[in-house]
Amino acid sequence: MTAVINAPLAATVERSEGVWHAAWRRFKMDRIGLTSAVIVVAFLLLIVFAATGLVAKNWQEEVGVANAPPTFVGPRPPEAIGVIEVPKGPNVDLSAIDPLAPRYKEWDERAAKFKTEEVIKAETLPMGGDRFGRDVLSKAIKGTQVSVFVGVMAALVATLIGTLLGALSGFFGGKVGDFLEWLYNVFEAIPGILLIFAFAAVFGRGIGTVVLILGLTGWSGLYRQVRSEFIKHRSREYVRSAEAIGASVWSRMFTHILPNVSHVVLVRMSILVVGFIKAEVILSYLGLGVGVDDVSWGTMLAEAQSELILGHWWQLVAATVFMAVFVTAFSLMTDALRDALDPKLRGLE
Amino acid sequence: MTLLSIQDLRVAFRMGKVNGVLQRAEAVKGVSFDIAENTTVALVGESGSGKSVTAMSVLNLLPDNAERSGKILWQGKDLVHTPLAELQHLRGKEIACVFQDPMQSLNPVFTVGAQLCEPLIKHLKMSRRAALERAEQCLVEVGMPEPRRRLAAYPHELSGGQQQRVMIAMALACEPKLLIADEPTTALDATIQRQILELIAEIQRKHRMSVLFISHDLGVVGEIADQVLVMRHGILREQGPVERIFADPQDAYTQALLACRPALDKNPARLTVIDDHIAGRQAQQAPKPKDPHAPVVLEVKALNKSFWIKHGLFGRREFKAVQNVNFQLRKGHTLGVVGESGSGKTTMGLSLLRLHEANTGPMSGEAIFGGKNLLTLTDRERQPMRRRIQVVFQNPYASLNPRFTIGQTLLEPMDIHGIGADTTEREGRARTLLGKVGLDDKAFGKYPHEFSGGQRQRIAIARALTLNPEVLVLDEAVSALDVSVQAQVLNLLKDLQDELGLAYIFISHDLAVVRFISDEVLVMKEGIVVEQASAEQILAAPREAYTQRLLAAIPRGYRPMPAATP
Repeated sequence: MTAVINAPLAATVERSEGVWHAAWRRFKMDRIGLTSAVIVVAFLLLIVFAATGLVAKNWQEEVGVANAPPTFVGPRPPEAIGVIEVPKGPNVDLSAIDPLAPRYKEWDERAAKFKTEEVIKAETLPMGGDRFGRDVLSKAIKGTQVSVFVGVMAALVATLIGTLLGALSGFFGGKVGDFLEWLYNVFEAIPGILLIFAFAAVFGRGIGTVVLILGLTGWSGLYRQVRSEFIKHRSREYVRSAEAIGASVWSRMFTHILPNVSHVVLVRMSILVVGFIKAEVILSYLGLGVGVDDVSWGTMLAEAQSELILGHWWQLVAATVFMAVFVTAFSLMTDALRDALDPKLRGLE
Repeated sequence: MTLLSIQDLRVAFRMGKVNGVLQRAEAVKGVSFDIAENTTVALVGESGSGKSVTAMSVLNLLPDNAERSGKILWQGKDLVHTPLAELQHLRGKEIACVFQDPMQSLNPVFTVGAQLCEPLIKHLKMSRRAALERAEQCLVEVGMPEPRRRLAAYPHELSGGQQQRVMIAMALACEPKLLIADEPTTALDATIQRQILELIAEIQRKHRMSVLFISHDLGVVGEIADQVLVMRHGILREQGPVERIFADPQDAYTQALLACRPALDKNPARLTVIDDHIAGRQAQQAPKPKDPHAPVVLEVKALNKSFWIKHGLFGRREFKAVQNVNFQLRKGHTLGVVGESGSGKTTMGLSLLRLHEANTGPMSGEAIFGGKNLLTLTDRERQPMRRRIQVVFQNPYASLNPRFTIGQTLLEPMDIHGIGADTTEREGRARTLLGKVGLDDKAFGKYPHEFSGGQRQRIAIARALTLNPEVLVLDEAVSALDVSVQAQVLNLLKDLQDELGLAYIFISHDLAVVRFISDEVLVMKEGIVVEQASAEQILAAPREAYTQRLLAAIPRGYRPMPAATP
């Protein structure tokens, strides 16, 4: 709609600074927000690289020794216990009693026809290895891709559902509103984790499932907020003016009201992203999350639990650091975004 | 003796940084005046003139980003550098405030009694019982009916006028020496405004206190003030005793302000606007005669509109908002609709546009427009009708979509109705209309927040005109504007009517404005038309007591007391 209107104007008119431009200008002045945004963008680039196979492509290869420690810690010292003392004296000749003894030579000759190569496994890995000797750094990067993808996609699904239902409920009210409120109450009445378990039991494991589960259970808060905004705006005079000039119901809802409440949706969505990343971690930790052949921050943490008893802390640290940095940066960015989108806060810095 | 002395006061607001440089917007640029004991000083100016900021800086009731400099001497003590704790002792006790909107100034979750007692218990250290008794006295003093019962009432149970009385009672509770009244009557109907003005004048005399009365309306000020200060753009343009300001204004701006309000005793074809006056141009005086036999564009017969009010758990009650309204509107004529808030005048206007949701309540009667009954049209039939009858709302800050440029706002109706062959033609039309309502071409790409209230109202008018309507419903279209801006918009409306032959339904609570623009006037009270006559007749010989009361409530400015001459 806006695009249609804008296109012919661009050539002839100097347009004033729009709301989004002004918000971006304010956002740029917020140093913490900007730093966070840079970190988030860096993570997003990492995800793109991981998805296209430029980095962490071979995360499933067992490149190191089992539970290889991180490079900066150094290789594990050879184990002292369990070394049996070499007996002294001559070897005992068993060929008299070993029934397979005549064939040893033949087997050696046949084996010599094939090439065998001893794979030398790394003693240490940059961020250590897991119990199969997989590189933890690669796992963390691949895990970032999965976790963030799940968080963002689930937030998109939840936002879409919440915005649409909230707009319908708030704009029309009456019977439509009553029905949607009933639906909302049903969803709210069931404890969240129970609902998630129920969905997980029906859909089975997998990334798509996690996105669906979180999206289908997480829309209710956004729904209420959008609904209240629409109730507030639907009787505003600009919406009435639009009705008076004959704008259709859909046009009033989505070209008039929605852009005016979009900052609410945007901020709420970014809060959802953070929440869903954490929820995915919990789901995967509980074994309801991504599939066994996938890796996410959640599955890494789940593995870390058993490793920690043996003193192998690096997988836990890697997953935690990645998650903490991303989630913190994303939250701070959201915060700065909210400030930038709220012109009332201007001048108070 | 001088109570409050303000010397070279400057107030600036920090507006955030641009390229590392702190931006300041100066709202008050060096204002000096004194308030003596037992006087009423009025501070007059348009919105944005810095009058409220000046008054609020006395008690530092400004936003956090404000910076004050200069001197504010309260009985010789400088308030600019007084710490907040000390200021709080002054607030309410020595200097009290009454604000514009009583609905927002009272706390909705406390009873009137609790809110009245708070300053008494806090400042005068009264016991609860004594405070309640004093509160009751205060309510008696401000003329509240049944004061004892009102103490237990919540703000929403009171009418706007009663709420403002409570606010004044609260301000008076500690017997302050100075009352700062910031546009205390602007949000009220004319009749209520009259009562509140009389109340403030009476209390001022009785308690011998001083009042700093802030208003944009010189007419109101003339009735109450001893001294008048006129402000514009943060500068004091003129100050002096009220007689002199009204009889012999020195400053061109003051003269213009006095001239631009529609008066009851003379009815010019156009109102003088500030810029004209300052430039020395006179408004033309000859009204263009109207054709009394112009074709009837809209005929309304026995219009009724009710709303359902929830009653009990499942029940509902019918509330008759508009009952049995009949009128004929001729091409190029204006029908004025006057009444207090709640009289059903807006409901009547919106019913014609069918802007009420269908489930709010039943509607009956006929509104014949172009041979069709507007009230029974289906959605499909209504769409072409929307082109021919348009509306302009009261609040210019709310009626434009803040995310649309002015160009988008003006093009949207034409896109919907397919007016103009292509976008270029529509754009040209939109630009022509912008010129017609007195805005320059640059406005096309700007957003609503870059315009003042008067300019936005012009844009709203331009949007209504994009569709070439025959009838324009103006719902309190100038009520939210300053007197000076109001004059400009009223002139514009008259010009457009002459040029395009528009018919207006002009809804307002201000009889002076309605009289200026209307040919016929409907006076409404509680949903019923109590009087219906030509504008001249209503003014010269009002039949109903209610109409007389509305007329008497119009502020008339300063009039020398006839008895005062020896």
